[in-house]
Amino acid sequence: MLNHSIDNKEVERRLFLRRMTVALFIVTVMLLTLVARLFFLQLIEHEKHQALSDNNRLEVLPISPIRGLIYDRNGELLAENLPSHTLSIVAERVDDIDALLQHLRSLIELSDDQIELFYKRLSQYRRPFDPIPLKIKLNEEEIAILAANRYFLNGVQVEAELIRQYPHGEAFAHVLGYVGRINERELESLDKGAYAGIRFIGKQGIERQYEDVLLGEAGYQRVETNARGRILNVLEKQAPVPGANLHLQLDRALQQKAFDLLEGKRGAIVAIEPSTGGILTLVSRPSFDPNLYVTGFPVSQYNALRDSPDKPFLNRAIRGQYPAASTIKPFIGLAGVDGGFTTWTQTTDYKGKFQLPNDPRIYRDWKRGGHGKTNLTDAIEESVDTFFYDLAYQMKLEPIHNMLDEFGFGKNTAWDIYNPSVGINPSRDWKKDRHGFSWYAGDTVNLGIGQGYMLSTPTQLAVATAVMANKGEWMTPRLILYSNDDELMDIPEQVQPDIQLNDEQNWDRMHFAMTEVLYGRKGTARHIADAPYRFAGKTGTAQVAEIQRDEDGEALDDVPDHLKDHALFIAFAPLENPVIALAVVVENGGGGSSVAAPIARELLDEYLLRESSDAQ
Amino acid sequence: MLNDFIRHAPHDSFANRKGLLQQIHLDAYLLLFLLILAGGGLVVLYSASGGDWGAVYRQGVRFGVGFAAMFIVAQVDPRLFQQWSGVMYLVGIGLLVAVLVMGSGAKGAQRWLVIPGVIRFQPAELMKLAVPIMMAWYISRYGLPPRLKHILGAAVLLAIPFVLILEQPDLGTSLLIAASGVFVIFLAGLSWKIIASASVLAIGSLPLMWMFVLRDYQKTRVLTLFNPESDPLGAGWNIIQSKTAIGSGGLYGKGFLQGTQSQLDFLPESHTDFIIAVLSEEFGFVGVLVLLSVYVAIVVRGMLISLRGRDNFCRLLAGSITLTFFIYVFVNIGMVSGLLPVVGVPLPLVSYGGTSIVTLLAGFGILMSISTHQRV
Repeated sequence: MLNHSIDNKEVERRLFLRRMTVALFIVTVMLLTLVARLFFLQLIEHEKHQALSDNNRLEVLPISPIRGLIYDRNGELLAENLPSHTLSIVAERVDDIDALLQHLRSLIELSDDQIELFYKRLSQYRRPFDPIPLKIKLNEEEIAILAANRYFLNGVQVEAELIRQYPHGEAFAHVLGYVGRINERELESLDKGAYAGIRFIGKQGIERQYEDVLLGEAGYQRVETNARGRILNVLEKQAPVPGANLHLQLDRALQQKAFDLLEGKRGAIVAIEPSTGGILTLVSRPSFDPNLYVTGFPVSQYNALRDSPDKPFLNRAIRGQYPAASTIKPFIGLAGVDGGFTTWTQTTDYKGKFQLPNDPRIYRDWKRGGHGKTNLTDAIEESVDTFFYDLAYQMKLEPIHNMLDEFGFGKNTAWDIYNPSVGINPSRDWKKDRHGFSWYAGDTVNLGIGQGYMLSTPTQLAVATAVMANKGEWMTPRLILYSNDDELMDIPEQVQPDIQLNDEQNWDRMHFAMTEVLYGRKGTARHIADAPYRFAGKTGTAQVAEIQRDEDGEALDDVPDHLKDHALFIAFAPLENPVIALAVVVENGGGGSSVAAPIARELLDEYLLRESSDAQ
Repeated sequence: MLNDFIRHAPHDSFANRKGLLQQIHLDAYLLLFLLILAGGGLVVLYSASGGDWGAVYRQGVRFGVGFAAMFIVAQVDPRLFQQWSGVMYLVGIGLLVAVLVMGSGAKGAQRWLVIPGVIRFQPAELMKLAVPIMMAWYISRYGLPPRLKHILGAAVLLAIPFVLILEQPDLGTSLLIAASGVFVIFLAGLSWKIIASASVLAIGSLPLMWMFVLRDYQKTRVLTLFNPESDPLGAGWNIIQSKTAIGSGGLYGKGFLQGTQSQLDFLPESHTDFIIAVLSEEFGFVGVLVLLSVYVAIVVRGMLISLRGRDNFCRLLAGSITLTFFIYVFVNIGMVSGLLPVVGVPLPLVSYGGTSIVTLLAGFGILMSISTHQRV
């Protein structure tokens, strides 16, 4: 240590004092800086931070509404919601998905399909932190195992949710449609608020058509959560509004019967109550299990159905377009006789052939040699092609087109059918637009027997038959019968004006002609006429390819299935005061008389005899 | 020596009537303020730890150890610090090197020296005291104000531990230790010319520091300060949440245990570095002012003790310890309130944590020793 003089020490002491004074000044400035900062945050910006803090802890969680139930006309459940425990994974919370799945497989049974589907969903776009389902409908034991292991299963959750169930499966798959998980495209367009917390959306059929009302309104709860998102406190709750229940015109038993009758076939059946337009049955086969859309289609099964040549996903009843074939004859005959192009008594004999002037082409009747002398009634009863070739040729296109339009062909008249095809009711303009050629007389001739350009869906045929049964009175063809949502009940009495004939008696005469199909000596469907009720009908056999036929028009040789004729039959019953009108189409089924007519008869029996026995 | 004796006579007569605390070398005011701070700190910690009595108990034990260390250090005559300064400094440097070679890390930094089953501590903590003692000894040897060559010598003595701790890496601690040394030189009367030119140099070297010294995570912290919203769920999360906690406290706060930010776990590290945010949220602006007043009282008391120090060594050492303590407070509150980058400096005597409490209280032991050992 060096020696310092007293003066020196005093100098040093003063120097230190001065420096400490400077330090005190700096400390004061720094202190005031801190105070100013805190003043700024706590007093000036207080409200902003208060709001941020509330945003942190308060969360509004959606409560999903219960989807509306769907019933048939007798109150039988067609679509319901069943509780199910779903194992799902929040991918964002998992470090190693593969390892987690491996671990889960050691705990509960997971099929390869489920794993594959999970990875597929994982790779698709979804909302962040949205749980991806892995297995649904867990049983009690699996729930217990997962609960016991939950601390080792980060990001895994087991949730109870209501899932859509279709108790009647395939029979109603096409008409009801189905709900499925909301996909990327739907996510972009739908109303985020209305679908908060909802994972399923109607994709097809009734589920799609009435999606808005079946959905209901989401409720919400304001909750206090901690930083890990755990709910600590429910502060406010707004209950969801369940979706509207729908009672459909469908008759469960009739639908099931129709479905069973088409077993092993490709085809469609549509039945309508003529007075109301209520659709009693709308069946398409082959079909699929709509429940698989809810629970998740195993990929292999989905691909097999999608790639099947039988097209099980195609709703033939509303999307299948077929030549109406001879089933069109009552409608054209009505137009012809009411338009004065023929009379009920005028008879001709074509000897099985018809030719246009200056045209070598021969239009043959289905029956070689023809039917002898026939009038319009006979022509309906025996389905005389040559009669209608000539009639159509005389009428020309316009009266035919107009009458078919009045019966609803070439357009959709159904009130609540999702995505129907409209068929084709050809006109001169249509052909020019579509094919670039003028309408030829030969086109009209073909149209006369429901071949050529004209196409109809089974639903259109059934609607037209119902209007025929009503003697021209229109209604609103529809699936809905009743709903607790009043707005849905705002349905017009009829979708288009009633058909006015020049001579009202022509209705009864045409009805009579159609009963002759069944009760006439030569009726094409006389083999099914032995019913305890009186009914009217018309057979149809749509040619798919030129094949060798016998004199009754039946195929001579074995032909490949896909070249066989489509079998059609339309009918309404009972004749006086009809309660059911229907159309049966069996693709490549063969003759309408031999294949479609018996199916129609069984359905009529089911509906009419069951109801009369109920009445007793 | 005689004149010296006369000059100090009034003090001695005062000293004759010195109380019990004075006799056991405790400074009454300092002790009182420290106890208030420690007590208040435990209350805030109870809330910040989510009502964990265990944490409060462990912190209480640390305070016990710390106050014991303070008491023991206070008994030591300042001359002994002077004599052992070199040894402490060299041991500290040795331990810092050891940490770099064989230390164990937490969160990507090597700070701890562990002798399994025996002890586990951060040598940097030792240097928080060893550096100012060494600097005070070195500067006071040659009289005030220091000459340029001694300033350069002091700079070298300071640079060695600074770089070693920076390498750990622990930017916060190395800057605080550098500050404690700089305070010694400043208080010793470093000429304003040098201060001015050094400041210019320091500011000029900032870009170089940025490019060559700072590590990526340190750069991130600095960038986050200016724009926390750039990464709200990552680096910016802490600072956004702490500002929200402080701001939402308002004037009077949300009430004890009522702070939603801390109680619901939105505020990270709420019981360690960010504990001031808990206090601000629950006790508001008023509560923070009270806490700051206690700190100011401690700092002012420390300054008075340093002014009354019996020689240059005591004055410089006491001054440096006091100012460094304030810097702790400033940096911590500055970083939590979003004024400074997040550098990992605890709020002295309030944040939960072991070594720093003992070091700080041992530092106040030195202040008490200086305050109560007036005679040579």
